Amino acid sequence: MNVAYYPGCVAKGGAPELYRSVKLILEPLGITPTELFDAACTGAGVLTERNPLLADALNGRTFAMAEKRGMPIMTICSTCTGTMLACNERLQDAGYRGRVNELLAPEKYEYQGTTQIKHLLWILVEGVGLERVRALVRRPLSGLRVAPFYGCYLVRPSALVSADHPDRDTYLEQLVAALGGEPVEYESARKCCGFPVITMNRDAGLRMTGRNIEDAKSHGADVMVTPCPLCHLNLDGQQHEAARALGVPLGVPILHLPQLIGLAFGFTPRQLGMSHHLVRPGAVLERYAESATV
Amino acid sequence: MEVKLSVQRCHPDARPASWWQDYTVDVPEHATVLDALLAVRDDQDETLTLRCSCRSHICGSCTMRINGRSTLGCKTKLDAARARLREGEPIRIQPAGNMAVIKDLAVNLEGFFDKVKAVTPYLQPTGPEPEREYIVPNEAMLTVREAMACILCGACVSACNSLEAEPRFLGPAALAKAWRFTEDPRDGRDAERLEFLSSVPGGIWDCTHCFACVEVCPKDVRPMERILELRRRSMEAGFTDNNGSRHSQAFLDTISRSGRLDETRVAMRSVRGPSELLEWTPVGVKSFLRGKVPLRHKPIPGALRVKAIFAAAEAQGRRDSKRGAR
Repeated sequence: MNVAYYPGCVAKGGAPELYRSVKLILEPLGITPTELFDAACTGAGVLTERNPLLADALNGRTFAMAEKRGMPIMTICSTCTGTMLACNERLQDAGYRGRVNELLAPEKYEYQGTTQIKHLLWILVEGVGLERVRALVRRPLSGLRVAPFYGCYLVRPSALVSADHPDRDTYLEQLVAALGGEPVEYESARKCCGFPVITMNRDAGLRMTGRNIEDAKSHGADVMVTPCPLCHLNLDGQQHEAARALGVPLGVPILHLPQLIGLAFGFTPRQLGMSHHLVRPGAVLERYAESATV
Repeated sequence: MEVKLSVQRCHPDARPASWWQDYTVDVPEHATVLDALLAVRDDQDETLTLRCSCRSHICGSCTMRINGRSTLGCKTKLDAARARLREGEPIRIQPAGNMAVIKDLAVNLEGFFDKVKAVTPYLQPTGPEPEREYIVPNEAMLTVREAMACILCGACVSACNSLEAEPRFLGPAALAKAWRFTEDPRDGRDAERLEFLSSVPGGIWDCTHCFACVEVCPKDVRPMERILELRRRSMEAGFTDNNGSRHSQAFLDTISRSGRLDETRVAMRSVRGPSELLEWTPVGVKSFLRGKVPLRHKPIPGALRVKAIFAAAEAQGRRDSKRGAR
């Protein structure tokens, strides 16, 4: 499957392990990425808030790049996905699209409105298929209790995200099971990680992060998995501070989605870049330290 | 049709104060969750406490959480409530979130209304009073009307992720109400309202942008979108001495410069002065040591072309807002 790969800013900045682990798993999955090196940031909703036309122009430019290649866009970030979906929805209006295309004209881009936006998670379930994923598992995650953490924009607003695929809010659980792990059910799986307010109201952002992790842990999670690097920045990067703020021990390793898949495919935590994490993979992932790829 | 309900009961004087109670009730197929609860109360357990009045999603009294989702009991058909349950699994009913429970499904709404009152939820015209009524153009009221549809049911507050972590947050209902008055052409206190909303603890910058309120609002008020608009308007009005505005501006600047987000620069520019920066130092140092802080922020190849789009879109935005002002 050919996809126009949009890694987003964080995978090439604060979460290099995400970029690296995606690279490792795409080939066995039969996904051939063409990276959109020249695509700009989606604006993560912040630009939309400031100037919707500007955000739509930057994203329209990216959509046009994919359209030209006749490929769907593959994202690896919940926030990028949500922002793009909302922009793409506005760009379905031909009149408005015309205004945006005027801004893209100097570069000779003209978006027709046909590009599909899909998170890697959606491609795995809807395109590749969980049967094929299951067949690629070299080392089932037996006994590993994995708490899914979606990130808001992969589940809300449902009118935009899941109108045609009502089960998208269960894909992580399905995937964890397909990899041989045990999905943990807990209330916070679809809540906000606290990242968007972390610079505005640090205490509140830490409380959100801490409580989500505490909830997962109290339901028996060994690790959490997220398809959003911004969630990762908070759940992993701020976990120590969150634990201190709440006065509870946490210490739950947070895995990016492709890292969890990579473990099941036989790659080691080291190969998957987990040494970049602030919370070390620890004892729970020790048995994955030897590579099992064939 | 037989329906299983599992209700989270609560009585502050009981021990334990909260427990789950299961009921099986026979109701017509077209019934709502509220109908089923009323049938329980009428025929099986008169101690079950809940609020309701109109039964047709107008009064906003029967807000509750059904299978974890904040909504109106009278707007939720049993079929819909059972659609995603496993065979034999009961419908889970809980009181609204983010509000103290008085008993069972009745919650204390005082704090909710205090916050609505805090945004001065009435028109404050300035200038000379017209001889007769205020005349407003229809178009101006079309958008305002969307937020006027609010029935103050509190479903958005019940679902709000920010409120769970920041009890001072004014919350989606009150802020959508505030937006409604800043949009109303008859109101003359926009600047005061925006200043208050952008500077008060728990104001517009405490929204975490999670879409929970948009998702659950039974009247499609889309509170979060109103809050984001209040942010934009408050920045345009010059109320920018807050971390939210600083974050927004830093975000805009780094993308304008390189086409990509520079997280480190944005984080550093978002905080208020050296003391706040100090709070961030341990995370910053650890992240650096783990190779999470790129030494050089690399622009995208077309950074200059992106910059040109910024300039053109911002000029267009200025023209639009001038046209809007006229």
